[in-house]
Amino acid sequence: MSASKLAGAVHFGATLSHGPLLSVRRAAILIALIAVYGVIPILGNDYWLNSLIIPTIVMGLAGLGLNLLMGYAGLMSLGSAAFMATGAFATFNLLLRLPFLPLPVVLLLSGLIAGLGGLIFGLPSLRIRGFYLSAPTLGAQFFLTWLFQTYHWFSNNSMSLVISAPRLEIFGYDLSSSRGRYLLVAVTAGFLLLLAHAIIRSRIGRDWMAIRDMEVAASVTGVPIARRKLQAYVVSSVFLGIAGALWAFAYLGTADSNTFSLDKSFQVLFIVLIGGSASLFGNFIGAAFIVLTPIVLDILVPVLGLDNYIDQGSIANIEPIIFGALIIFLLIKEPDGLASLFSRTIRALSIWPLRR
Amino acid sequence: MLFLINIIVAGLLSGLMYALVAIGFVLIYKASGVFNFAQGAMVLLSALTFVTLNEHGLPFWLCFIITVGVLIVAAVLIEFLVLRPLVNRSPDTLFMATLGLSFVIEGLAQLVLGTDVHQLDLGIPDVPLKLYGLQVSDFDLFTAVVSILLVAVLALLFGKTRVGISLRAVADNTLAAQSIGIRLPYIWRIVWSVAGVVALIAGLLWGNRQGVQFSLSLVVLKAMPVLIIGGFSSIPGAIVGGLIVGATENLADIYIGPLVHGAVSDWFAYILATAFLLIRPNGLFGEKPIQRV
Repeated sequence: MSASKLAGAVHFGATLSHGPLLSVRRAAILIALIAVYGVIPILGNDYWLNSLIIPTIVMGLAGLGLNLLMGYAGLMSLGSAAFMATGAFATFNLLLRLPFLPLPVVLLLSGLIAGLGGLIFGLPSLRIRGFYLSAPTLGAQFFLTWLFQTYHWFSNNSMSLVISAPRLEIFGYDLSSSRGRYLLVAVTAGFLLLLAHAIIRSRIGRDWMAIRDMEVAASVTGVPIARRKLQAYVVSSVFLGIAGALWAFAYLGTADSNTFSLDKSFQVLFIVLIGGSASLFGNFIGAAFIVLTPIVLDILVPVLGLDNYIDQGSIANIEPIIFGALIIFLLIKEPDGLASLFSRTIRALSIWPLRR
Repeated sequence: MLFLINIIVAGLLSGLMYALVAIGFVLIYKASGVFNFAQGAMVLLSALTFVTLNEHGLPFWLCFIITVGVLIVAAVLIEFLVLRPLVNRSPDTLFMATLGLSFVIEGLAQLVLGTDVHQLDLGIPDVPLKLYGLQVSDFDLFTAVVSILLVAVLALLFGKTRVGISLRAVADNTLAAQSIGIRLPYIWRIVWSVAGVVALIAGLLWGNRQGVQFSLSLVVLKAMPVLIIGGFSSIPGAIVGGLIVGATENLADIYIGPLVHGAVSDWFAYILATAFLLIRPNGLFGEKPIQRV
């Protein structure tokens, strides 16, 4: 998080507009697009889509939301899951109470409602910064989940306080199959990634980075601090809200306010820290790591013959150790996360025959 | 009227328990500028170690000494593995590192010592007595005495001993302290060990009341508003902050709770702290930071 990164971002913008027609970067993006929208929907089976790919993309999207706030604007939040919950409950209520609205509009509106929440809980950031922000964001976390649990109107007075998607269709097409839900998630993620990319390269994004790197200097050079900070909270909450709605209805199918507990907030935070702050792509690497670790542990323990010593409950305790240790390791050795490791490898490979 | 006073007193007493956790934060924040999110995990680790040893039939004093030993080892390891490589990094980075640390400690403690809920009985009855109409238990009085003793000991340690004075020097100006020959790693080890002992005391008191289990580490979250109200760098502030949070939380639960059909103590403290930040960003007793461009 230094000035050099800001300079790097500016430089990067320049190469993109004047670069060669077919660079390694563009080729990689093209391959990724074909894979995400062409190959995976055709080849992916139900297990892969349901338990690996959909949660990875949705959590990556949530990480993206927090990353815009934390990695780019330098504002901390421990309450990401509260805004995911807001998005999920808003989607549920909009689909239920305004059945004539199409799904994309509902998702967008839910995002905006979560954004409104972000605006309110972002207000204290105008006076405080750093880890002091943990108080209002923890307040958001506990207050909003309490709200959805206490007032049964939000879950349509169901006894169990569980919300489930009334219908998942778009212009008459049913999206409830795993392929349909995958496409919903992938297309939404594609749009949001484009939007995030545009925001970061706009005036707003550059102002965010200036505030992150040195707030006093940014305000001296005429950056409207208050406005930009609030915009960061709103944009971040919009992304988180949409991710929360997708998590509840495209991945889980049903949810309640416990789905979006403090643990989920920490998970989103870990995605940003592991994937790399101030990186768009890194969120999806971080999310893949979070989703895959428990699955890999489940497979690895019997393979290594450790299942005599380690029971199921202990595996649940190994996970936080791995995440925590990895975060400390990355903060020491690679503060820009796995994304920076990844892009360095790609760069090394792209000049591979000619490298030093 | 007596009812109101009883609510406030009960709140103040639970506030003291918050304050005990918050003191551990203040110690580390003063000496190294780190907001140590792992303090809650230390509370869990110390209480779990103590209870496990105690259940194996060891006498109280031996359990205490061994647990303190474990905490000192933990402090040395943390200094060597986490703090030293991260020296001179931003406070936010260090905060994130202690967040990771808290997950490592919680995971390790539960992996080695198990996830069962343990009962901890310090042998002090927790039955409310009538004292001039006030509902106070022996245990409440014991907690109050322990808190006062702890603050007194810490005040002596910081004010009168050589270690304490060098500790204050580091807190005041790290660079100047280093240049007159105070060794930073040594100070950190001491401070993390002392914070560990404070965590042990807090862990024993909390464990006695609600059992030793994972939720002990969540006490850390309630310490956040306490610190914000009291100021991050003041031990008296932590006590006063704890008392304010405890009392207002109890009052809010009784008087605001029925109006909104639910217990508000889950979130009330955070909103209170946020409101407080808007008026006094440095807390009641905190120092005003000076910003350089």
